[in-house]
Amino acid sequence: MSATPPHLRPSMTASALAIGFLAVWLLVAAFPFFWTLWGSFKVEADFFSRSSWWNAITGPATERQTGSAFTLAGYEGAWIEREFWRAALNTVIVTVSVTTVSLLFGTLGGYALSRSTRNYTVWILIAALVFRAMPHITLVSGYLLPFFELNVWGVLPTAIVVLVAINQPFTLWMLHSFFLSIPKDIDESAMVDGCTRFQAFRLAVIPVMWPGVITTGLFSFLLAYNDFAVTAMLLNQENQTMVPKINSFLGTVQTQGSIMYAVAATVSATVPLFILVMFFQRRIVAGLTAGAVKG
Amino acid sequence: MRKFVGVFASSLLLGASSVSAACGIEAGSVRILSNDFAALGTVIDEARECAADGVTVSANLTTEHKSLQVPALTVDPSRYSVAMVANNSLVPLLNEGLVRPLDDLVAEYGDQLEDRQLVRIGGEIVAIAFMVNAQHLYLRQDLLEEAGIDAPTSYEGILEAARTLKESGVSDTPLGAADAAGWDLAAEFVNMHLGMGGDFFEQGSAAPALANETGLRTLEMMKALTEFMAPGYMTVSADELKNQYVSGNVAMMNEWGSMVDGIVGAAASDRQIAEATTLAAAPTVGGGGIPAAALWWDGFVIADNISDEDAAASFQVMMHAIRPEVAQDNPQAAAWLISGFDAPESARGMLATAEAGARPYPMTPYMGLMHDTLGVELVQFMQGTESAEQALADVEAAYSAAAREAGYLN
Amino acid sequence: MAPSALAMILFIVVPIGSILVQSLFVEHERVLVTVENCGPFGCTEETRVDTAATAELRAEEPLGRFNGLGTYIDRGHLAVDELAAILSDNAGPGDIAARVMNLPFYKALAFTLAYTLLVTPLCMALGFAVALAVNALPRLAKGPVIFLTLLPYIATPLLGALAVFWMINTDGIIGATLQAIFDDPTLSLQASPMLTWITLIVWGIWHMAPFAFVVFYAGLQTVPADTLESAMIDGASRWERILYVTVPHLKPLAIFVGLILLMDNFRVFEPIIGFSAEANATSLSWSIYNDLNGQGGQLFGSAAATSVLTTIGVMILLTPVLIRTWRGAGGRAA
Repeated sequence: MSATPPHLRPSMTASALAIGFLAVWLLVAAFPFFWTLWGSFKVEADFFSRSSWWNAITGPATERQTGSAFTLAGYEGAWIEREFWRAALNTVIVTVSVTTVSLLFGTLGGYALSRSTRNYTVWILIAALVFRAMPHITLVSGYLLPFFELNVWGVLPTAIVVLVAINQPFTLWMLHSFFLSIPKDIDESAMVDGCTRFQAFRLAVIPVMWPGVITTGLFSFLLAYNDFAVTAMLLNQENQTMVPKINSFLGTVQTQGSIMYAVAATVSATVPLFILVMFFQRRIVAGLTAGAVKG
Repeated sequence: MRKFVGVFASSLLLGASSVSAACGIEAGSVRILSNDFAALGTVIDEARECAADGVTVSANLTTEHKSLQVPALTVDPSRYSVAMVANNSLVPLLNEGLVRPLDDLVAEYGDQLEDRQLVRIGGEIVAIAFMVNAQHLYLRQDLLEEAGIDAPTSYEGILEAARTLKESGVSDTPLGAADAAGWDLAAEFVNMHLGMGGDFFEQGSAAPALANETGLRTLEMMKALTEFMAPGYMTVSADELKNQYVSGNVAMMNEWGSMVDGIVGAAASDRQIAEATTLAAAPTVGGGGIPAAALWWDGFVIADNISDEDAAASFQVMMHAIRPEVAQDNPQAAAWLISGFDAPESARGMLATAEAGARPYPMTPYMGLMHDTLGVELVQFMQGTESAEQALADVEAAYSAAAREAGYLN
Repeated sequence: MAPSALAMILFIVVPIGSILVQSLFVEHERVLVTVENCGPFGCTEETRVDTAATAELRAEEPLGRFNGLGTYIDRGHLAVDELAAILSDNAGPGDIAARVMNLPFYKALAFTLAYTLLVTPLCMALGFAVALAVNALPRLAKGPVIFLTLLPYIATPLLGALAVFWMINTDGIIGATLQAIFDDPTLSLQASPMLTWITLIVWGIWHMAPFAFVVFYAGLQTVPADTLESAMIDGASRWERILYVTVPHLKPLAIFVGLILLMDNFRVFEPIIGFSAEANATSLSWSIYNDLNGQGGQLFGSAAATSVLTTIGVMILLTPVLIRTWRGAGGRAA
């Protein structure tokens, strides 16, 4: 045992510290979600209890009002009465389209730019950061009047195009950097073998680009999924996506909020993200490792 | 449920095709833009009944309606033919000249309307009101009795009662107000300032006229009340205030009449509190004779940039949607301003406020800018980090900058 | 490429150009007339806009009145006159600070900068620490831990902020627990500016740290094993190995993470709405939102000016990265 020098043995204190730290972090990171998940099966008087937060755990008012410690009232209200399913469907359409279109343009454009003899990196980066830094609402307010004039306001394709455009410089920049890290030799040797530029891209580059594409896709997905400013201002009521819909459950001056609907809908909106991360977690890490982010 | 039965019954009686005959329309496209809350939803469901061959009725209920209405009605033809407005959201449409004068339509189709429903500006009818809203007092009679006090009718009396309640240990935070930074806070200032008999602008111009004795007294009273509120009062919106009240933490509050349903009556969340609650007119302040609360109405306008046919169809559909039976069938949904409406008990606080002569929320073109400024610039004063004089000077300076940009001041 | 380029021109060049133009103009003078307004609550004498006369003015100059940089230097933005007044007549640095913070732009800028400059490094430090700890875990435990760690980042910011806001309310689980810990029943995270700032910053770290984590964790997978081994043979301790091998290896990743975090944090907006924090903390994004969402109509010029200033702010913050990229590009092109 004493063959290893003492400072190279994994020190017990260090490991214990690391595990303790991780445990605290996990508690902090995940607790609000489990708290909200648990609370979404209670009634408002419990989850937002003024007497004691312990009520949110035990649910005395839920028991009184519904006869059981758990209730699906919030979910029924949101999904059936207020037709949250419609918003969920719209979110699916918007996010899938935005992600697909951004990646399609981003991949082709990023590849072309990375193989161009001129250097665009700085300009793409500046465009990317201007657009990421500028609050979306500034851009959206400017779009309103032209969209009404062209009669394209309120429909899903408009919101999709705007989200893609806002996101495009950033997507281009990430994929451009990623393609720069793929050696030019790969496609050049394919072209020497008689392939056209497009064939070289299809046969030599596509097979190795997936890690970078998936990572970039995650950013596009989150942008579209979490967006409030664009979708709230550009979509008609029947085309509304989940985040603005949840916002409309909260109370205003004229009406009391259906706040448990908002809680249930919030939980519902987070579930797909859970699944996504569970499914893609390994690939995201692999994509980042593969150099999509090396600047 | 009642609404559902109503729809069912009317379709049974009239049959599907004759419904449009009930609305009296042959053709037209009716497109409604509206805020998203239940009472307006009721009206819009009624409007949808008019859909028939050649008559389309569509509606967009959204909380972003204020940002959408101006661009949507600017284009020709307008995206919407009807916009649901309140006395504040009507103003931007008027400022841009997007509202159709309704005198002809009222004369032709508006027999059911009472004169008080007609909103006239410079002699022209520009909007039709159908609901009212105002803040008024909600009092916990049981707590007041426990402390041996009579129900106060003025803010000075409320301060005294609050001190008694606190000192006798009946309630730690006897008062509540919707003082959340932003729109709510500004609305509280407007209420109090109107109650003090104050004005916001110099007569006939957009120049601010707040930094004076009345403005200072308004702010002092607002600040004095916060001493008896829970510490996070700058985050309490009207909705949160209602929650504080129904959880028993607040003994007296000046809250919107539209919130009454969850507080008293069948839908109340706490029976005991509901039974102990009395509704009264908004309090007076500073020896003024009128309640310190602005009166609001909700109604509709017809867009200017649409065809006459669509305008006529839209007006008729709206007349169907606000016919007297709608108010009678949904007495709890709102304080209707529709003829023949018999106000329920729960509306008496609001009616008392109106009867006692409260002033309407101003409809001057730049009032919205003032409101927005108040919501931002009064915050530091309310937190005690700024003097009242400085706060009012800040309001005037910030408002003037905004008003110059918007073209009201030079 | 063509559609992509077209879309970029349409949706990038045009809006940015129009924002720049908008920021230089103010609205036409509006012609006011006094009329009698009658409604459900009686009649009053009020002013209204004479739309016909205003439309004539508008037709003459469709863009509005040219104001040059007037909007940029007015009280709502850089407040040049007000600053000069404060600097020429004041009662010491404390007074200067208080009065400058009373100007809306500087109030927003102060919070935005404090938020960005605190959240960014703290996020990176926390993310790096979590990545190191996770990397040392046994293989089977890694999956679930990574999953739980990523939750705060993927959750919709507005909704995540709301969920936490419900918990920090004085009656919520965190708020009530803090009151019990500090034995102070009046403690409220929403009441004082300092506590609100801290709450927002802690929320920001909580929300963005998983992003730093996942990038660093990915980077840790690529640390060359032989370098680590030779460091071990040279007798480097655990900390020395992290400091001299792992950290230099992750430096390019750190720049990437820092860049994204700076951009996203500078745009902080959702938590201010979610926490109803505008009484104590406003950000530049919030100012823009406020200009565009008021009931008094939209102040496009003001919002555009703030947007331009925000963008310039981000560019200044990112100058080091931009210079590095510029040099890198030059090197590659040569």
